[in-house]
Amino acid sequence: MNLQIALLLGQDGITNGAIYALLALSILLVFTVTRILLIPLGEFVTFGALTMATIQSGKPVLFVWLLLALTLVDAALDIRQQVGQRFDMARLRMTAIKIGYAVLMVVIANTVPLADIPMAFQALLTLCLLVPLGPLMYRLFFQPLADAHSLVLLIVSIAVHVAMVGVGLLLFGPEGARTLPFSDTGLHLGPVMLKSQTIWVILVSVLLIVTLFVTFERTLYGKALRATAVNRVGARLLGISPVFAGKATFALAALIGVSSGILIAPITTLYFDSGFIISLKGFVGAIIGGLISYPVAAVGAVAVGLIEAFSMFWASTYKEIIVFTLIIPFLLWRSMTSHHVEDDE
Amino acid sequence: MNMSNTASIHEEPVAMTASAAPLLDVKGLRVAYGKVEALTGVDLQVREGQIVTVIGPNGAGKTTLLSAIMGLLPSRGDIHFDDIHYISPEVEILVGRGLGLVPEKRELFSTMTVEDNLLLGAFQRYRRGDDSFEITLAEIYSLFPRLWERRHQQAGTLSGGERQMLAIGRAMMGKPKLLMLDEPSLGLAPLITREIFRIFADLRRQGVAILLVEQNARAALKVADYAYVLEGGQFAMHGPAADLANDSRVIDAYLGLASKHQELLSS
Repeated sequence: MNLQIALLLGQDGITNGAIYALLALSILLVFTVTRILLIPLGEFVTFGALTMATIQSGKPVLFVWLLLALTLVDAALDIRQQVGQRFDMARLRMTAIKIGYAVLMVVIANTVPLADIPMAFQALLTLCLLVPLGPLMYRLFFQPLADAHSLVLLIVSIAVHVAMVGVGLLLFGPEGARTLPFSDTGLHLGPVMLKSQTIWVILVSVLLIVTLFVTFERTLYGKALRATAVNRVGARLLGISPVFAGKATFALAALIGVSSGILIAPITTLYFDSGFIISLKGFVGAIIGGLISYPVAAVGAVAVGLIEAFSMFWASTYKEIIVFTLIIPFLLWRSMTSHHVEDDE
Repeated sequence: MNMSNTASIHEEPVAMTASAAPLLDVKGLRVAYGKVEALTGVDLQVREGQIVTVIGPNGAGKTTLLSAIMGLLPSRGDIHFDDIHYISPEVEILVGRGLGLVPEKRELFSTMTVEDNLLLGAFQRYRRGDDSFEITLAEIYSLFPRLWERRHQQAGTLSGGERQMLAIGRAMMGKPKLLMLDEPSLGLAPLITREIFRIFADLRRQGVAILLVEQNARAALKVADYAYVLEGGQFAMHGPAADLANDSRVIDAYLGLASKHQELLSS
């Protein structure tokens, strides 16, 4: 191995590592606030990438019908909850807005020539289509059992993941897809050329992480989510509803997952079932952070990306094994250094 | 039947104190943990600007009573608070309407700063677009100068008394009409207890009603207007606090030498 190869591998490793870091952060965020281990996070990544690819190929965007269907179920549940109570106009208006939004998306997806619009708008549309899936998922599958044991939540999370993979096959078909790169130019840095997509991935990842940081440190809504993670009962007593916290974190996780999908779509061919292995690597990062520490999780996830890239060079058949074996020493170290905390309330 | 029913609702407050309808009106409240009934039909009223205390031994159901009123526990019976009528409602709605609870365990956000804890107390007001919570924050800092000194410290690093001040301050940030406190003096030094009870009198002057659950019956009866004695899931007696403080049964059970000894132990 010479310097050039090392730099090239490092570049790949950091690109993937940045994505894993984003995923690790969303796994942590969802877990600390709702106690749910978000296994379907990987599906947001693949759905994001495949929707983007569908849009660029000019094929009909079938996902929009799923969005409409789920929104209608959500609205029906909202209305059923209202029956027998005093009608709350604000809530009714909210329901109407949600249905209106889904209908608008259906109209856009079926009338606008999506393949011809600029790529930035394609990416924006992909986000607009997929991010609402996050809160919808929380509302339909997790909110009814928010007080359940965390093991039950994990089982439901796995079930949702399996269902989403099936839905992915139905919506996007079995073929893999790749999207066009955001831009063609690269940056020459001494002996290596920095690929433009690498720069995009790192820029957007850093931007997302900074935005998250500012949200959680500076805004009252972000602080409310942190408060829910620190003390659920305390947060409820102040009127921070667990439903609000759950929907907000799922929306953030969906935003991060879909953005990651859009970012890596030009460099990796993704299939309907590729999401799991990607989010699992983010999960390794989150484990390194002990499912508590955000900075350690992010650094851990970047390390996972680098180790993956270099093991691909030295022992490419054992790439995944090396990455996932990494978890064992960290689990040992964590269980020896950390003291036991009550695992459930 | 219907007529007489409404008549009795109109009559009752007139008969009792001749003021408006009570802020909190609990009727026939029952709470059960599985098959064990913790509260077996409890009636309680709190009026605006009134301090009401519930005293009673350990395990009488005092904490359960507050949790049920707050909507944290499923319960049966009637609860009216500030024109809303409910049976185990959503906590968030009650907080928005001006009900605050300082629980026995404080439930602070220990890894967040004192100031963040206080600001989150105003979360519902912020959501409604009420910007005046900065003023409330300043008021709370002037009421508890200790919190101002430690505003950038994590809540977990505070002493017991400071935590209690923070818990009370955080609940006050929501501008409650009725503040419920569960054992505010528990584990505090007598000097700090006195300071905190002085603050309750201040709050009443500002028009906040207080429902105080206490084992320290002596201090509670001194500050309260009205008192209930909770024993085994129901009220054994109730009346103006000054009357109860002179009642021989109360003196024997809660204010006598034995309880004084207990008080010393707990302080």
